[in-house]
Amino acid sequence: MTQCATLVTTPFRGFGRLLGLDCRRTRLLWAVGICLGVFAGIFALAAGLGTAGLDPHLAVRNQAPSLAHPFGTDPLGRDMLTRTVRGLLLSLKVGLLASLVSSVLALVLGVASATFGRAVDAVVNWLVDIFMTIPHLVLLILISFAAGGGSRGVIVAVAFSHWPALTRIIRSEVLQLRGALYVRTARRLGRSHWEIARTHLLPHLLPQFLIGLILLFPHAILHEAALSFLGIGLSPHTPAVGILLSESMRHLSTGYWWLGILPGAALMLMVKCFDILGTNIDRLSDPRTAQE
Amino acid sequence: MLSYILRRAAHLLTLLAAVSILCFGLVSLSPIDPVDAYVGADVFKVGPEQREKIAQRWGLDKPPVERFTAWAGNMLRGDFGTSAIFNEPVLDVIGKRFMVSLWLMSLAWVLSGLVGFALGVAAGAMEGTWIDTSIRFYAYLLAGTPTFWLGLLLLIIFSVKLQLTPICCAAPPGVLPGDVTFWQAVQHLLLPAATLSIVGISAVIMHTRQKMTQVMHSDYALFARAQGERTPGIVRHHAVRNVVLPAITLQFATLGELFGGSILAEQVFSYPGLGRATVEAGVRGDVPLLLGIVLVSAVFVFAGNTVADILYRVVDPRIGWERAA
Repeated sequence: MTQCATLVTTPFRGFGRLLGLDCRRTRLLWAVGICLGVFAGIFALAAGLGTAGLDPHLAVRNQAPSLAHPFGTDPLGRDMLTRTVRGLLLSLKVGLLASLVSSVLALVLGVASATFGRAVDAVVNWLVDIFMTIPHLVLLILISFAAGGGSRGVIVAVAFSHWPALTRIIRSEVLQLRGALYVRTARRLGRSHWEIARTHLLPHLLPQFLIGLILLFPHAILHEAALSFLGIGLSPHTPAVGILLSESMRHLSTGYWWLGILPGAALMLMVKCFDILGTNIDRLSDPRTAQE
Repeated sequence: MLSYILRRAAHLLTLLAAVSILCFGLVSLSPIDPVDAYVGADVFKVGPEQREKIAQRWGLDKPPVERFTAWAGNMLRGDFGTSAIFNEPVLDVIGKRFMVSLWLMSLAWVLSGLVGFALGVAAGAMEGTWIDTSIRFYAYLLAGTPTFWLGLLLLIIFSVKLQLTPICCAAPPGVLPGDVTFWQAVQHLLLPAATLSIVGISAVIMHTRQKMTQVMHSDYALFARAQGERTPGIVRHHAVRNVVLPAITLQFATLGELFGGSILAEQVFSYPGLGRATVEAGVRGDVPLLLGIVLVSAVFVFAGNTVADILYRVVDPRIGWERAA
């Protein structure tokens, strides 16, 4: 067994010791692995279940959760597990697209505002200010209306509204790096801009950027679900978690609790996984906390 | 301080100007035809002449820049236009709806502040105990909970299973708004406000706990302990006084999230406030109302941030008023 430099105070015995749970670094790695496993599980479930559960089977309407239908069935006899997994998959896709677009926007704007002088900086700060003064949900409704509603509206709104916070982080990071002694020294030694960017800036920015990207996921997914829940965008036939929840509102008083509770819980689990993934990778990749 | 407030006011005006230009631009980009959105299901009953009349009455036959100057000019005179879905001046709609939401938001705001603060202080004072662990777990769990799902959960438990609270709206069905008794209003307010405050609590807990542990590990806390002061005394005389003002400041800075949360909570509980109006304006393409709500909510958030900023400087004189923007 490898030696652990960072023993957790409460020692694990037996099986926990074997897995390395007495070591904080190994624990972080395990948490990352479990989260990745959950995502793989969603894909595997989606592939395994197919789309057969999306068709109505009126013979099996409104069934409570059982072995055949772990999440129960809805008033049209559709399998709620299949619909939930499809919804999660949709959320993953929208989340991926949104965090990619938003984080690239944040990178470009953040680097530009820190390097291209005062005027650019003022404009970018101005934009960030505007976007941060309007409540996020109101902004999402406005943008999705501007993009013409529908599923396109939701995707555009979620993709183009999550950049301000990350822009601020990247801007201050670049400003700090530019003032750092080793960067100034490298410049005095006659290194080109490109060389400085590649050897001194990028290794600092890349982890920040990637972790920012992962931590955008939960926000993007929750906002997509919120917009679908409000009825803005996605058509009522799409199996999205927000739509499932707003449908379940109509069957509240009949006591079919599983229609809303289980898909929502699944969504929350996925969101938490992204959160754990982001913060743990952050701790592992940062040399100051990696060996804690 | 006076010059700070003046600068802040100037900042607000320029910000509002920028927000209106941006939003008007966004809305004019929209491929949704306002006449189509207004006509809705009656699309086959309305002939081309009628459509033209509607477009003319709304000024849609003019180019966007001319429309913007007309709209902005009216706005400066305090005329926000007429809401298409409510057929009332936008400011009246927003005013009425905002009063309804205000009760909901302020109750949730106060509740989440008080409960979150108490839990945060308890967790920080008893760092490392099971109480601390469970409070932290609770805060962590709630940090990612979708507001609307939580509302649904509360509805199922308290309204459907236990039948303690009404299932929707701000008043019992069939009762005129003027005849609603105080108790009925409170009963209808309870669940939406609880939903909103339970979600808001976790940030308050995390922040308060962090500040609390800082104070409990400080030199002056150690000195007090050396003089024979016990933990409750340290918490009362040293910790809480240092922690309460940053917590209030933070509470003012989160008005944007409160506003967004109220949109979702109002949708779950069919509560007829500003949040519902926002959703309806978005879904049914009521441009004047949507723009009005965007501007009003921006002022709301800006006011919260300004109060937070002022409090911050009043509490901590080291920061000063000069460099404030």
